[in-house]
Amino acid sequence: MSEVAIRAHGLTKRYGAVVAVDHVDIEVGAGEVVGILGPNGSGKTTTILMLLGLTEPTEGRAEVAGFDPLRAPLEVKRRVGYLPDSVGFYDGLSARDNLAYTGRLAGLTRGEIDDRFERAMIRVGLPDVGRERVSSFSRGMRQRLGLAEILMKEPQIAILDEPTATLDPHSTQEFLAMIRGLKADGTTVLLSSHHLDQVQSVCDRVALFNRGRIALAGSVTELAQQVLGGGHVIDVEVHGPDVAERLRRMPDVARVQTLGPELYRVDCARDLRAEIARELAASSALVGLRFAAPSLNEVYTRYFDEARDAA
Amino acid sequence: MRREGSPLTGVGVVLAKEAADYLSGPRMWLLEALVFLTAIGAAYAAILSIRATIGESPFLFLRLFTMAQDPLPSFISLIGFLIPLVAIAIGFDAVNGEFSRRTMSRVLAQPIYRDALLLGKFLAGLLALAIGLVSLWLLVIGLGLLLLGLPPSGEETIRMAGFFVATLAYGGVWLAMAMLFSVVFRAPATAALAALGMWLLFALFWSVLTPLVSALVAGPPDTIFGPNLAYLHLSQALDRISPNTLYAETALALLQPATRALGPVFYSQIQGALLGTPLPAAQSFLLIWPQLTGLVATMIVIFAIAYIVFQRQEIRA
Repeated sequence: MSEVAIRAHGLTKRYGAVVAVDHVDIEVGAGEVVGILGPNGSGKTTTILMLLGLTEPTEGRAEVAGFDPLRAPLEVKRRVGYLPDSVGFYDGLSARDNLAYTGRLAGLTRGEIDDRFERAMIRVGLPDVGRERVSSFSRGMRQRLGLAEILMKEPQIAILDEPTATLDPHSTQEFLAMIRGLKADGTTVLLSSHHLDQVQSVCDRVALFNRGRIALAGSVTELAQQVLGGGHVIDVEVHGPDVAERLRRMPDVARVQTLGPELYRVDCARDLRAEIARELAASSALVGLRFAAPSLNEVYTRYFDEARDAA
Repeated sequence: MRREGSPLTGVGVVLAKEAADYLSGPRMWLLEALVFLTAIGAAYAAILSIRATIGESPFLFLRLFTMAQDPLPSFISLIGFLIPLVAIAIGFDAVNGEFSRRTMSRVLAQPIYRDALLLGKFLAGLLALAIGLVSLWLLVIGLGLLLLGLPPSGEETIRMAGFFVATLAYGGVWLAMAMLFSVVFRAPATAALAALGMWLLFALFWSVLTPLVSALVAGPPDTIFGPNLAYLHLSQALDRISPNTLYAETALALLQPATRALGPVFYSQIQGALLGTPLPAAQSFLLIWPQLTGLVATMIVIFAIAYIVFQRQEIRA
C-alpha cells in the first residue's frame, strides 16, 4: 500500500449504552477499492458518517485524505464524494439545478459546473435529461445522478453506501462498471454493500463488520484462508463411490461440499488438483477439475454461521 | 475541539437556493395571494372610509393601516393574523423535509457546516417574508397615493418603516418557531400542527388565559379601593410573553402617534399632557423599543434552541 487515503484507529461510537462502532482500525490505500460488508446494524454506515465528519466519534481518530474529519471536516468533504443509499434529490428541480446546487456548495465556479456536469452526465449514461425534473427519474436514474454528482466533484475518495441496493440487475452491472471507472481514474473507493458477488467483482480488499467491529479484513483469498481453511477452491466433477469421503481424508483439504450428484467443491490450503486426480483416477471416472475462485458469499455465510454457533 | 473553517461557508448558496424555492413555490404563491388580497381589500376599505369621514389629519397614510371598515378588520389586524401563517408555511418542513427527501446527508456531505444550512434556510425565509412585505407596503402606498391624492410625509414614512421592521421581526419569531418544530419532529405534518397549535394558543387563547392566571395569583382585577395594581402588572407581564401582544403594542404605538403609554397610567402621570397630541416619531420608537427588542430577542432565542437541537441530531438520511 503506497499512500494512505483513509486511516482510522480505535474509532468508536457509543449511543448511551449501545456501542455502534467498537474500536475500528482500518487503512485504505490511495486508488484502492475496498468493500465494507456486514449485517444491518453492524456499524458500517456509522463508520462512514464518522469518516465524513457527519457524526463525532466517541473515541479514536481518523484521517481522511490527510485531514482529521473531526477538526477539519470541510477539508475532508472537499476531497470526498459521498453517495448514500437511496439518494434523494429536490424533485421540483432539474437534474442540472440539483447538481449545480451541491456543486456551488462544493465551491465550484459556474464554468466548472457547466463543464463538469455535461461530462459527468455522459459518463453515467444520462446525457439528455439534464433539464428534466428529477421527479420523473426512476430509482436507477437517481443513483446514476448521485454518481454524476461525485464525478462532478472530482474527489480523491468516493464513499458509496449500498449504491446498488435498489437497482435492477442490468443497472447494477452498469453501475459496477462505473465504479471500476472511478478506480481507473485513480479514485479511492469505499463501497458498502450487501451484494457480496458485486463487492467481490470490484473490490481489491474487503472488511467484514460484525457487532461494530471489523471481524476480518483482507483480500477475498486471504479471507477464504482464514474462514474456509484454505485459499484455494477446486470444483471436482466425478462419477464414483464415496468420493466426498475420500476427498475429505486427503491432507490439506479443509472442507468438501457436495454441489450436485457428481459435483464436489473442495476448499484446500494449496493447489491439490494433481493429488485429487491421482486419488480419484483409480476407482472413479474423473470428468473435470476446475480451479474456482473462493466465493465471498461462502466466506460471509460460513463466518456468520460459525459466529452464531459460537454465540 | 475547535473546528477549522468558517461556519458561514456556504450560507449564501443555501440562502439563494432556498429563497428561490420559497418565492417560486405554489405554496407561497397561494399564501401571498391570500395576504395580498385581504390586506389590499382592508386598505382600500380604509381609504374609502377616510375619504368619507375625515377631512384633515396629519397622519392620513397611517390611518390606512389602522382603520377598520365593516366587514373587514384593519390592515394591521389582518397582517398580525396572517403573517404567522405565512412564516409557518415557510418553516414547518425546512429541516425535516430534507430528511424525508433524503437530501440531508447529500447536502451535508458538501464542504459546509450544519450552521450554514440552518442559518441559510432561516435567512432565506426572512428574505421571502421581507420581499412579500415590501411589495405589500409599496402596493398600499401606491393605492393611497392614487385614491387619497397625497404623498406620505417623512414622519409617516419613518413610522411605516418601523412598522415594517416590527412585522418582519414578528414574522421571524414564527419562522424560528416553525423551524424549531421542523428540527424536533421528523414528520412535517406534526411540525406544522405543533406550530399552528402555538399560533392558536397565542392568537386566540392567550388573552383568555392571562386574566384567569392573573386573578388566581394576584386576586380580582378590581378592589373596593379601585383597580388591583398587582393584577394589572401580572396580567400585562403575562400578556407580553405572547409575541402577538408585543407586535400589537408596537404597531399601535407606531401607527397611532397619539399613543403615549402602553400600560396602566396613573392620573398623576398624565397631568399636563395634551391628550390626543401626536408624539414625535423618536418618542414613539422609545415607547416601543422594549417590545421591538423583545420580538427580536424571542426570534434569536427560538432560533438558537433550534440550532442546538439540530447540532445534536444524527444525520442518517
